[in-house]
Amino acid sequence: MSASTLTRPQASGAAPRRRTRVVEGTPWRRRSPLVFVADHALLIALAVMFVAPFVFVLLTAVMSPEQAGTSFSWPTSWHWDNFAQVFEKLPMLKYFGNSFLYAGLATLFMLVSSVPAGYALARIRFRGSRLYFFAIIAMMLLPPQVTSVPLYVMWSRLGLTGSLWPLILPNLLGDAFSIFLLRQFFLTIPAEYSEAARIDGCGELRTLWRVILPMARPGIAATSIFLFFASWNDYYGPLLYTSENESAWPVSYALAQFRGSRSVDWNLTMAATLIAMVPVVLVFLLAQRAFVRGVTLTGVKG
Amino acid sequence: MASAIGRRRTRVAWGFLGPSVLGMLVFFVFPLVMTVYYSFTSFDLSNPPRWNSFANWKFLFGGDPLIGQATFNTLWFVAILVPVRIAGAMLVAWALTRARTASGALRTLYYLPALIPPVASTIAFVFLLNPATGPVNKLLGAVGIEGPGWFTSPAWAKPSLVLLGLWVLGDIMIIFLAALLDVPVEQYEAAELDGANGAQRFRHITIPNMAPVLMFSLITGIIAALQYFTEPAVASSTAMGKAAVGEGASGMLGWPDQSTLTYGQLLYQKAFGANLFGYASAMAVVLFVAAGVVTAVLLRRFSSFTPEVAA
Repeated sequence: MSASTLTRPQASGAAPRRRTRVVEGTPWRRRSPLVFVADHALLIALAVMFVAPFVFVLLTAVMSPEQAGTSFSWPTSWHWDNFAQVFEKLPMLKYFGNSFLYAGLATLFMLVSSVPAGYALARIRFRGSRLYFFAIIAMMLLPPQVTSVPLYVMWSRLGLTGSLWPLILPNLLGDAFSIFLLRQFFLTIPAEYSEAARIDGCGELRTLWRVILPMARPGIAATSIFLFFASWNDYYGPLLYTSENESAWPVSYALAQFRGSRSVDWNLTMAATLIAMVPVVLVFLLAQRAFVRGVTLTGVKG
Repeated sequence: MASAIGRRRTRVAWGFLGPSVLGMLVFFVFPLVMTVYYSFTSFDLSNPPRWNSFANWKFLFGGDPLIGQATFNTLWFVAILVPVRIAGAMLVAWALTRARTASGALRTLYYLPALIPPVASTIAFVFLLNPATGPVNKLLGAVGIEGPGWFTSPAWAKPSLVLLGLWVLGDIMIIFLAALLDVPVEQYEAAELDGANGAQRFRHITIPNMAPVLMFSLITGIIAALQYFTEPAVASSTAMGKAAVGEGASGMLGWPDQSTLTYGQLLYQKAFGANLFGYASAMAVVLFVAAGVVTAVLLRRFSSFTPEVAA
């Protein structure tokens, strides 16, 4: 990937870019060969440390059940069918379906409700916008445990506990973090575009739909991936609302139950752990560019 | 001046914000008010809440045998886990800026653990650090070190979670990396001409340029630590071999010896394990105040949220 995606998105046509250090190429000063070797020894050591857990997990996932229960050693025989066994022994497809339902619908609903909100906060000057932005940040930072009790009471009155709907439906009414992130992104699109569209007689909705949205695709993609991942990886929400109804369990919650309520061997637990990682890793590798750009927007410097 | 256009604009803007205003009322304002109300009641979900004045609050501030340990553990994570992750992320991001080849691939490798479900990474770590059969203690044994009990030892369970936190530091690292690459090269060059050494350049150029990002990650890190839940809950139930959370097994909470019992877990247990929704609400109010204090600090750093100010 090129280094350009790592720098903060810059308004095109704005002031000339500052010179910044790039990852590869142009070193900003000469380094001695010794420093070069030390740097890269550190980089390789770090790579080994970050990758090693994956390797150990994979090696265990293909062991025989007998070997997985004993002191760790190189697999004596390779049981790739352990991955298939996970699907046979557990309703993995059901769990995956639930995860896709949760993450997919949550993301879709968030887009409908949060894209206009993020745009309004970024590009329409109106009374109360600053105050409302504060409120969005406060909501974004609120620990979910604070509101769990009244919300659980509310959803149980509506008869929706035992399902994933209490986690999906709120996205129809905006997701604070997504609104925040979308606003950050819309701010990087020069205001002149909105203004020109207004002068040409476009209403705000048409400006957003015709002019801004096509330019904001990377930001919308990044925000969608964020919410998709957050929902896919969520444990607290499904624990709260679905723990008593196994048919509604998503993958991440079901995984936590493997070693616990079911006596599944370590090899199958590790195989299931890997299987649960696959979708997020795939999505990340496919959409890495948009994703990294979105991450850097969350912590923009001031 | 403002005029019909201004008023119209305001109307359109609130139209765009409409759903989120409703969301804020239903999922933020209303539950907050209800939580404060419930905290003064005795409430078990099957019967309507009964007013019991300050009984929950008295129990919270002198009576609950677990809340001291839960608060201590949570503050331990705030004090240790948050700075250790920030320092680690800084080191990794700095190392990445030194890469001459394959920096993109390395960045992906370092970042990947941060993406996977926390349940998966926690289970993986409980396995890796399994004292009797896990690969880490086997490797330590090979070099003559007797590995500790990790997740099964009250003294080592929290440090084990810190190790897990380091493995998944990619979320902070990637923000730091972007900020590091954004430090103007001229400043380093000028400092070098003035004879500043590496440490001085780091102290007087890198750190001030990174200050807003460091502040952002510190505050969001503290808020995440205050609600730390998934990793300790999954770690103790996996290490113990039982599903502790959600099955009303309060004796097993924070296993071993309540060493990983966090405030968020205790709150959850009191509400959904022990049906003490009034008491849990009082705990929630305290958590809200704690997070609110941290958030207030964040809002005072408001400028760090607006790239316009930055540019």
